[in-house]
Amino acid sequence: VIANMMSNILGKLSWQALPHDAITIGGASSIVIIALVFFAYLVYTKRLRWLYKEWLTSLDPKKIGVMYIAIALIMLLRGIGDVLLIRTQQATSVGVHHGILDANHFQQIFSAHGTIMIFFVAMGLMFGLINLILPLQIGARDVAFPFLNAISFWLFAMGMVLINLSLIVGEFSAAGWLSYPPLSELAYSPGVGVDYWIWALQIAGVGSLLSGVNFLTTIFTMRCPGMKLMRMPMFVWSVMGSMILVVFAFPILTVTLLLLSLDRTMGMHFFTATQGGNPMMYVNLIWAWGHPEVYILILPAFGVFSEIVATFSRKRLFGYTSMVVAIMAITVLSFVVWLHHFFTMGAGANVNGFFGIMTMIIAIPTGVKLFNWIFTMYRGRIDFKSPMLWFLGFAVLFTIGGMAGVLLAVPPIDFQLHNSLFLVAHFHMMIISGVLFGYFAGLSYWFPKIFGFTLNERLGRYAFWCWTSGFVLAFTPLYILGLMGATRRLDHYDSSLGWQPLFAVAGIGALLVTAGIGFQVLQFIVSILQRRDNAAAMADPWNGRTLEWSTASPVPVYNFAVIPVVTDRDAFWDMKKAPVADVSDYAAIELPKNSPYGMFVGLFAFIFGFGVIWHIWLLLPLGLLGVIGTLIVRSMDDETEYSISAKEVQRLEKLAPKRVLRKHYA
Amino acid sequence: MSRSTAIDGQNTVEHIRFSNQREQAESKSVLGFWIYLMTDCVLFASLFAVYAVLHKNVADGPSGPQIFSLPYILVETLVLLTSSFTSGLAMLAAHRGNVTKVLTWFSVTALLGASFLAMELTEFGKLVHEGHSWTQSGFLSSYFTLVGTHGLHITVGLLWIILLLAQVTRKGLNTSTMKRLTLFSIFWHFLDLIWIFIFTVVYLSSGVNL
Repeated sequence: VIANMMSNILGKLSWQALPHDAITIGGASSIVIIALVFFAYLVYTKRLRWLYKEWLTSLDPKKIGVMYIAIALIMLLRGIGDVLLIRTQQATSVGVHHGILDANHFQQIFSAHGTIMIFFVAMGLMFGLINLILPLQIGARDVAFPFLNAISFWLFAMGMVLINLSLIVGEFSAAGWLSYPPLSELAYSPGVGVDYWIWALQIAGVGSLLSGVNFLTTIFTMRCPGMKLMRMPMFVWSVMGSMILVVFAFPILTVTLLLLSLDRTMGMHFFTATQGGNPMMYVNLIWAWGHPEVYILILPAFGVFSEIVATFSRKRLFGYTSMVVAIMAITVLSFVVWLHHFFTMGAGANVNGFFGIMTMIIAIPTGVKLFNWIFTMYRGRIDFKSPMLWFLGFAVLFTIGGMAGVLLAVPPIDFQLHNSLFLVAHFHMMIISGVLFGYFAGLSYWFPKIFGFTLNERLGRYAFWCWTSGFVLAFTPLYILGLMGATRRLDHYDSSLGWQPLFAVAGIGALLVTAGIGFQVLQFIVSILQRRDNAAAMADPWNGRTLEWSTASPVPVYNFAVIPVVTDRDAFWDMKKAPVADVSDYAAIELPKNSPYGMFVGLFAFIFGFGVIWHIWLLLPLGLLGVIGTLIVRSMDDETEYSISAKEVQRLEKLAPKRVLRKHYA
Repeated sequence: MSRSTAIDGQNTVEHIRFSNQREQAESKSVLGFWIYLMTDCVLFASLFAVYAVLHKNVADGPSGPQIFSLPYILVETLVLLTSSFTSGLAMLAAHRGNVTKVLTWFSVTALLGASFLAMELTEFGKLVHEGHSWTQSGFLSSYFTLVGTHGLHITVGLLWIILLLAQVTRKGLNTSTMKRLTLFSIFWHFLDLIWIFIFTVVYLSSGVNL
C-alpha cells in the first residue's frame, strides 16, 4: 500500500534520477552552486525584496526585455559549454580512443545544445530586444497587453528552468534537437529525457505564441500619430514579419508537441511505427513550424542591421520600399519551403523540385536586402564602431553560408549531403552570423539606450575578432568533412578516415569563439565598472535617426513625456535638424501597476509540466487549476493601473534634460 | 442601464480623455483577440491535417462509418448551433442594455453548451466502453484528439461564461464587462464554426467513400 501511495506521489521520480557520472555531476553542481551563490548575494545585500518589487513583478517591457536578455546570455554560456564537450569528444574519440563521453551522454549534449541555443538564446535575445526597442521606436509607452507580456516572459523563463532541471533531476532527450520519431517514441526513448524536451518547449512555445499576438497588436494599434506603416523604422517592419510568422507557425509546434506527448503518455498512435501511426507526419509538422522559425529569428536581426547600417553610415536607408517588400516576401515564402529539410523522404521529383525552386527563390529577397545595405554604405560616412563590425562580419559570412544553402536546395545535391556535417556547417553559418551577430550588434547599439552608458569599444572589437576568426576556423573544416562523408552527430569514427586533424581545427575554432564570449563577459564587467566614463552624456551617443533616441537614456518609465508626432521616416533625424523652443504642457500618464500573477502563471505551468514529465499525476490538476485560478483572480482586479501626475512628469523631465526641442510633439 | 450612467456621468474633458483611452483599449483587445483566434484556427487546421492523414489508418480497429451514429451527431450539432444563436440574442440584449435578458440568454447558451459537452462525452464513453479507445489506432488517436480539443475549448468557454454571468450580476453592464462579453461571443461563434468543419470532415464525409 505504501509503495502504491509513493508511486502516486512521486511518479517515476526516485534517487536514481540524480546524476551519477562525473561530467553530469559537475554540470549539475555548478548550476546549483551558481544559483546558491547568487541567492546568498541577494540575501547578503538585502536585495531580494528589490529584485521582487523592481524586476520579477514588473510589467514594464523595458525591464522584461532586460530579463529576457539576461536569461539568454546565461544560456549562451551553457550552450557554449555543450559545444566544448561536443568538440572535445569529436576531436578525441578516434579509433581505439573513445573520448570523454559515452554515446548516450553525447547524444543528450548535442540535443541540449541545439534546443538551448535556438529556444533560449536566440529567441530570448530576440524577444528581449523587441521588448526594449519596439515600443520606443513606434512612439508608444507600452505594449498592447502588458500583463500578457509578463505571462509570456514567465513561460519562457519556466521553460528554461525545466530544461536545466533535466541536468540535475533525470536526463535530457537523446533524440536530437527536433526529436524525430520513432526514436523519440516511448518504445525507443523510455526515459524522461524526451518529456523534458517536450514540456520545456511547449511551455516556452506558448509564451512565444502569446508574444506574437501581443507585439502584432502593438504594432497595429499603438503607433504614435503620423507614423503610417510606410514610415515605420525597418526594425519594426522586420518584427512585424517575424510576429506574423510566430502567429501562424507556433500553433503548429504546439500541436506537434502535444501529439508527441499524447503518444508517450496516453498510448496514442500519431507518430509510432505501429498501429497506423505515421512518423513522417511528425517531420512534416515540425518543419512546417521549424522553417518559419528560422525566419522568425532572423528577420528582426535583419531589422537591427538596417538600423545600424543607416545610423553608422549617416545616411537614410537605401531602398526602404524594396526592403519592406523583401521582408514580406520572405515572410510568405518561408511557409512554402519546409520540405527541403527532408528531400530524402521520397515525395517524388515534382514535389522536391517545387520545394527546391521555392528555396532558391527565397535567396532573391535576401539578396535584395544585402544590396540595400551595401548601397546604404556607398558614399556614406561610415563609422566603424563595433555594431558596424558585427554587420560587416555578417555580410561576408552570411553570404557564404547562404550560397551553401542554395547548393543544398538542389535536391540531387541534397541527397548526397543530407545529414552530413556540410549541412551542420551551413545552418550554423546562417544562425550564428545572421541571428547571433545581429543581436550582438543590436545589444551593443542599444545598450546605452537601456542603461545610460556605452559598452567598452576595445573589448567589443576583441570579442568580434575572436568570434569571427573562431567561427571560420570552426566551420570551414565541417564543410570539408561533410563533403568527405562525415555524418552529423558522430560520437566516434575510425582513425583510417583521416578526419581527426580537421576535427582538431574545428575544436580550436570553438576555443577561439569561447574566448570571444569571454571578452564579451569581460566587456560587460569593465563597462559597468567604467560606467561613469562611458556615460552617454547625451541621450543619443550614435547620432541616431529613429524615435527611441529622442527620449532620455536610460529611458524613463513612461518612455515619452509627450507622445511624439511623426511626419516622415527617420523621425528623430528630422527633429534634430529643426529644433524649436521647449514646451511643457505635460499631462498625467497612466501605466500598468506591477503584478506577481504573471510569475504565478509561469510557476503553475512549470508544476504542470513537471507532473507530466515524471508521471506525478496529482500535480496536473494543481498546475491547471493554479493557472486558471490565477487568471480569474487577475481578471477580478479592476485597479491595474497607476497614474503619474503632470507635475511629477515635469519634475522627472527636468532631471533628464534633452537636447531635442519639442515643436514636433503633440 | 449602465449606458445611461455613462452618459449621465461628468462630461468634462478628463472624462472624454478617459473614455477615449477606454475605447482604444477596447479596440486593442478586440484586434488582439482576433489575432489569437487566428492562432487557434491554425491549431485546428493542423489537427484537421493530421486527421486527414490518419483517418484511414485504422490498424486492427474500426473505421469511421462503423462507429459514428449520424443522427446522434446531428442532434449534437443542432444543440451547439442553437447555443450560438442564443449567444447572439444575448449580445443584442447587451447592446440595448437589458441586463435581465443578457443573463437569461447567456444562461441558455451555457446550458446548451453543457448539453453538447455531455453528449460528446457520452459518445466518447461509449466508444471507450466498446474497446475503441484512442490507443487502438492512428485513426482513433486523431479522432479523439481533434474532437476532444474542440470539447476542451467548449469547456473553457463554459467556465468563462459562468464567470461572466457572475460578473454581470455583480457589476451590471459597464465597459469592462461589455468588452468581455463581446470577446466571449466571438469565441463562441468561432467554436461553432470549427464544429461545422468537424461535422463535415469527420462525420459527414465518413459516409462518403473518399
